[in-house]
Amino acid sequence: MNAKSNKPVRLDLTTLRADLDAIAGWIAPGERVLDLGCGDGTLLRRLMDEKQVIGYGIEKDPACVLECIRSGVNVIQVNLERGLAGFENGAFDHVIMSLSLQMIQNTVGLLNELLRVGHEAVVSFPNFGYYTHRQAILKGRMPVSESLPYQWFDTPNVRFFTIADFEALCAEQDIVIHEIIALDNGVRVHEDINFLGDTAICRLGRA
Amino acid sequence: MNDVFSGSVGLVQPQTFQCSDPLPLKSGAVLPAFSLVYETYGTLNADASNAVLVCHALSGNHHVAGYYDANNREETTGWWDNLIGPGKPLDTNHFFVVGVNNLGGCYGSSGPNTVNPKTGKLYGADFPVLTVEDWVDAQSRLADHLGVQCWAAVVGGSLGGMQAMQWTLTFPDRLRHAIVIASAPKLTAQNIAFNEVARQAILTDPDFYGGHYYEQGVVPARGLKLARMLGHITYLSDDQMAEKFGRSLKDGALKYSYDTDFQIESYLRYQGEKFSGYFDANTYLLTTKALDYFDPAAQTGGSLDAALAKAKADFLVVAFTTDWRFSPERSREIMTALVHNGRRVSYAEIDSVHGHDSFLLDDAQYHAVLRTYFEEVVL
Repeated sequence: MNAKSNKPVRLDLTTLRADLDAIAGWIAPGERVLDLGCGDGTLLRRLMDEKQVIGYGIEKDPACVLECIRSGVNVIQVNLERGLAGFENGAFDHVIMSLSLQMIQNTVGLLNELLRVGHEAVVSFPNFGYYTHRQAILKGRMPVSESLPYQWFDTPNVRFFTIADFEALCAEQDIVIHEIIALDNGVRVHEDINFLGDTAICRLGRA
Repeated sequence: MNDVFSGSVGLVQPQTFQCSDPLPLKSGAVLPAFSLVYETYGTLNADASNAVLVCHALSGNHHVAGYYDANNREETTGWWDNLIGPGKPLDTNHFFVVGVNNLGGCYGSSGPNTVNPKTGKLYGADFPVLTVEDWVDAQSRLADHLGVQCWAAVVGGSLGGMQAMQWTLTFPDRLRHAIVIASAPKLTAQNIAFNEVARQAILTDPDFYGGHYYEQGVVPARGLKLARMLGHITYLSDDQMAEKFGRSLKDGALKYSYDTDFQIESYLRYQGEKFSGYFDANTYLLTTKALDYFDPAAQTGGSLDAALAKAKADFLVVAFTTDWRFSPERSREIMTALVHNGRRVSYAEIDSVHGHDSFLLDDAQYHAVLRTYFEEVVL
């Protein structure tokens, strides 16, 4: 899901790879997987090769759609803001949203859609509460980092939230966080994750 | 034969396939024998694995690529020549491409304007009403004749996309890929309504003579012209019409008469007249009926998921944002049904201002999608 259609968003590779590693760890062989905002299809290609999943990616960027087709990844070109209308309840074992929830306006609607069409959802997002982000704010500037690599005036992100914010929203929406992994520059952190983690990866379900 | 520099397959000639085995039709009628006119481009490889069938839409035919007259290429070039040829998205250096005029057509295949062997006269209205299933059955006989057991791909736009879909249901093992463009799993009431108005225009033309106008030495040109004018409106988008014609006047001033005031009127009249000069009214009637009847989910209690469970092909589904006659919503229905069946499918929704006609035009992203799919997936 890229806000600018001609410019695929690329985070630094360490974060991206660590994020994808964590997500891949939660996917069982042969699952049906939907990847929202699949970009060039890297994760799905990997899940197809390593886990033999039946995978579909949703992507609106025309250049990314071509890349997916080129690498043999099933890609569906629709705009996520319209939700996942047409897909049956429980059509997928896992619905993945890697580092793009923060680019969607309709956060609550989409989270509910994820858990309607998927038995579980895997969602990762940059943590606004990361300590360098807090330092930047204290110094009076918006944070720019490897997990939030944009200037305020050109960011595709439209939602800015912390791990604690996300946990509060899930509690309010009756969404269960089965597991949560936090990373700092691609390395897992275990304590005080809302302060030390630049990225969070959550496995979500219904009670 | 290859005109490598222009990307054209060059000068081409149609061929005729005579099938003397009876063809049972969905209506219950049987065609004792029939012929199909077709063209081929490129070379069939040794294991016959590179053949691509192109299915045509309402007014199309077998002349898909290349041209008939080197001195008049503009008027004699095939209808999908921008897609097919050496180096083009459907590359005839790699693929053996087959274009066929459907049964009931008016370009040489058995149809209302051909001779009924029983009576020695032209069939006219006595030619049986056909369905998409019947077309696909007839095309399969041509595949047998060409030595193609399994198509690399069957591709079509609009009604042609319905045929590609039907191939995956009737002959799931006889194609590897179905490329379904600007199509639908069935027509909506609104879409059938447009077809019915077009048919009424023809059926009520005094020169129609119940479909036996050939014997009277006339053609129901007025009806056919109206049908085409109506169809044409639905193939374009509102924005595109506004941009192309707006309210511009044909002769610079309003005439306060029923003559053509606006450019759009003049354009539609011209298109309608041109069409009525070469297309057959009975074929138009028959083809719109085939469109209306197509509904694979009707056999599975209305469930498209259940209907497409038979399909084994991989799919590429393409729709255009401003196409309201075959809207992206209809294509998404096909896509979601395939996803629910765990089939391999990609869906491209192309930003285009040209409405339903977009599928015939040379849009960069559209052609890139097809080129990539043919080169990286089908080949």
